[in-house]
Amino acid sequence: MESVGSIILYFIVALSMIVFSVMAVTTRKILRAATYLLFTLFAAAVVYFMLDYEFLGAVQIAVYAGGIVVLFVFAILLTSKPGDNTERLTSKSRLLGAVGAVAMLLVSGWALLCRTSMVFAPKPAMENPDMQLIGQTLLGTGEGEYLLPFEAVSVLLLACIIGGVVVARKR
Amino acid sequence: MEITAIYYLIPALIMFCCGVYGFITRKNMIAMLISLELMLNAVDVNFVVFNRFLFPGQMEGMFFTLFAIAIAAAETAIAIAIIINIFRAARNIDVRSLNEMKF
Repeated sequence: MESVGSIILYFIVALSMIVFSVMAVTTRKILRAATYLLFTLFAAAVVYFMLDYEFLGAVQIAVYAGGIVVLFVFAILLTSKPGDNTERLTSKSRLLGAVGAVAMLLVSGWALLCRTSMVFAPKPAMENPDMQLIGQTLLGTGEGEYLLPFEAVSVLLLACIIGGVVVARKR
Repeated sequence: MEITAIYYLIPALIMFCCGVYGFITRKNMIAMLISLELMLNAVDVNFVVFNRFLFPGQMEGMFFTLFAIAIAAAETAIAIAIIINIFRAARNIDVRSLNEMKF
């Protein structure tokens, strides 16, 4: 049984996640779409906090909300005038997108609700993973430890820095 | 009222479907990238929820999400570099008008 506060928090988070993601794809001003994306990412971070993964929530806020959204805003301001509206969608493309999304929603939602019973199991007890455990797992070489992916990601980020500079520089 | 896994999976599912809708209907490349981020984030939420409800105490889902966030950041940076380069060449980032490989 959850406390009343966490139920209220859950409803606020779920509702804001749904509403802001719908608004992010339907608004006609691109800068507003980036802002609604920011709110959706914050809602996802709160979900991580509610599920006891504090480190992951902090990473979500720092990298997504702090890094990626700022990058989006810079790119939007570089490539379009503020106050520009995108063109109205033709009814054909809107219909195509709506049919695809609603079909996917119905099929996956039906499969979730009717075909799986695990989704109704109560939340099992868990100790929060503390920083020592996370660091050990991230930088260990044993089974179920992640030093190799960690190094691979660091090489990927280096390649990404070089690639970004090379692609976007003036010729 | 007990908050079970389905209560987290349904908002994530709706978020993913919004991403699909936006990716199909949007014409601006940055807006398409925003839809892509929505989809990636919905998948991240799913990983964490399944990890928490099915395998508490293990951290596979959490680390997968951690690496997915890092890769999403790298991918966004490169995509925005490409978009800015295209804008410099064509003064436009509307996907319908970008139908030539050479400007």
